[in-house]
Amino acid sequence: MSNPVLAEKAVVVDGVDKVFNVGSDSEVEALSDINLTVEAGEFVSLIGPSGCGKSTLLRLIGDLLAPTTGALTVFGKSAHEARLNQDYGMVFQHSGLFDWRRVLANIELPLELRGWSKADRSARSAEMLGLVRLEDFGGHYPRQLSGGMQQRVSIARALSFQPKLLLMDEPFGALDEMTREHMQLELLRIWRETHTTVVFVTHSVPESAFLSNRVVVLSPRPGRIHSVVDVDLGERSDDTRQDPAFFAKATEIREALRAVESGE
Amino acid sequence: MVRRVRGQISVLGPPITVGVVGLLLWEAFVRGFGIREFLLPRPTSIMEELVDNWPVLRHAIWETGWIAVSGLLIGIMAGVALAFVTTRFRTLEEGLTPLAVVVNATPIVALAPIFNAWFGITGTLSNQAVVIAVVFFPVFINTSRGLTEVHPDEIELMRSYAASEWTILREVRIPNALPFFANSLRLVAPLSVIAAIVAEYFGGPQDRIGNVITSNVAFVRYDVAWAAIAVASALGLTLFAVALIVERASMPWRAAMGDSEYTTTPGRE
Repeated sequence: MSNPVLAEKAVVVDGVDKVFNVGSDSEVEALSDINLTVEAGEFVSLIGPSGCGKSTLLRLIGDLLAPTTGALTVFGKSAHEARLNQDYGMVFQHSGLFDWRRVLANIELPLELRGWSKADRSARSAEMLGLVRLEDFGGHYPRQLSGGMQQRVSIARALSFQPKLLLMDEPFGALDEMTREHMQLELLRIWRETHTTVVFVTHSVPESAFLSNRVVVLSPRPGRIHSVVDVDLGERSDDTRQDPAFFAKATEIREALRAVESGE
Repeated sequence: MVRRVRGQISVLGPPITVGVVGLLLWEAFVRGFGIREFLLPRPTSIMEELVDNWPVLRHAIWETGWIAVSGLLIGIMAGVALAFVTTRFRTLEEGLTPLAVVVNATPIVALAPIFNAWFGITGTLSNQAVVIAVVFFPVFINTSRGLTEVHPDEIELMRSYAASEWTILREVRIPNALPFFANSLRLVAPLSVIAAIVAEYFGGPQDRIGNVITSNVAFVRYDVAWAAIAVASALGLTLFAVALIVERASMPWRAAMGDSEYTTTPGRE
């Protein structure tokens, strides 16, 4: 925290390339020359056609993959250091909950791995369950819950150790439309309450416009940043979905995507 | 609790009814058509022989039961141990798995006479060796699949927590392998009794179930042989039941999902 300006940057991606299977016949350039800065407290979406490397970029930020060239920092630390310090929480499309742990025990898993005491874990997991409004389901096993409820548990688990950064890879992709819209509002509420920074991968134009401060549009093969769309719709509610300003932003993002797909 | 007992009765009811009706039809069929006893004895005469020969049969259950259960336990431990080793050292798995498949395709019981020559015909070791060999491969293959076929997101999630390979093994791979292991257990528990009895057919001490069957058939005492078969079947069923109990006890989350009451009344730990 000695440098307050640096501390404001949640994620800095600096000249990153990612090549898979370097030197073999199946060599693929997944990402090329990515430069991106995410400010602390921002909600940034990554959108693009399949094969544009949006999930790869998310995994590079999380240090689940290493860049071929370039560097990534998370809150001023290298991505690797940030992972070892567990500075971020991760949510996948597949909720990734463990069948064999009850809901509370799933939320407590990262806390257990950090060596928290039983009492501290119970207090925090109960609080997290309240945050995602599943107070009555702590004793259930994940498979006894609906897809939307499972995804809320997954978010509670990712936030249980209060990371400053939340990485989400199409978390609502497998949900039906009604549940998805409800979850989007829930996520925005949680984001406001926890002051977390969110990097969110999606392939849904309305979802990206509804949730984000900024939408990063990626082009495929190799993945490059085509454009960045700033979205300022103020406080979102269900009414926002009928707001002409929301339609205008969605159209702007959609046009950027069309340009990407026609190779402009 | 009352509902649970009632639930079990309703589960057990149909098979018990079918079993009793089947035995009655068998009895009526043999009596009605005057089938000769050496071709197919009546259930009641098998029952009589079971009672009359009980001391011999009880001793045979202990002998064969020991061979089956000890072979089963050793086979399970060896299969699980090798599954852990190959999960840890993938190159070993690449070399061993095809070999395991080849050996698994070999009819192991055909090795029984060879094992008799290797380990001697008087002790239990040669028959136990057949059981171990039969049990080992299904347990090994299923357990190693369970340890390795983990959803990639679950591994990435654990890595995002900076978890070590050891922690991933303990928290993800082992619980993930439990249903696979349980499946193999259901398969090999009754298989161990079959393997023991077939191995006993190839000679050895006369006080084991397999030898009781062969010697009574040789003396045209088919009803005693049938009584021994009934006893063997009960032994296999018992081991199968034990496997089911172990499965339910080791995976409470599966039992909970099978219980419809559970979803409507949120429980707490």
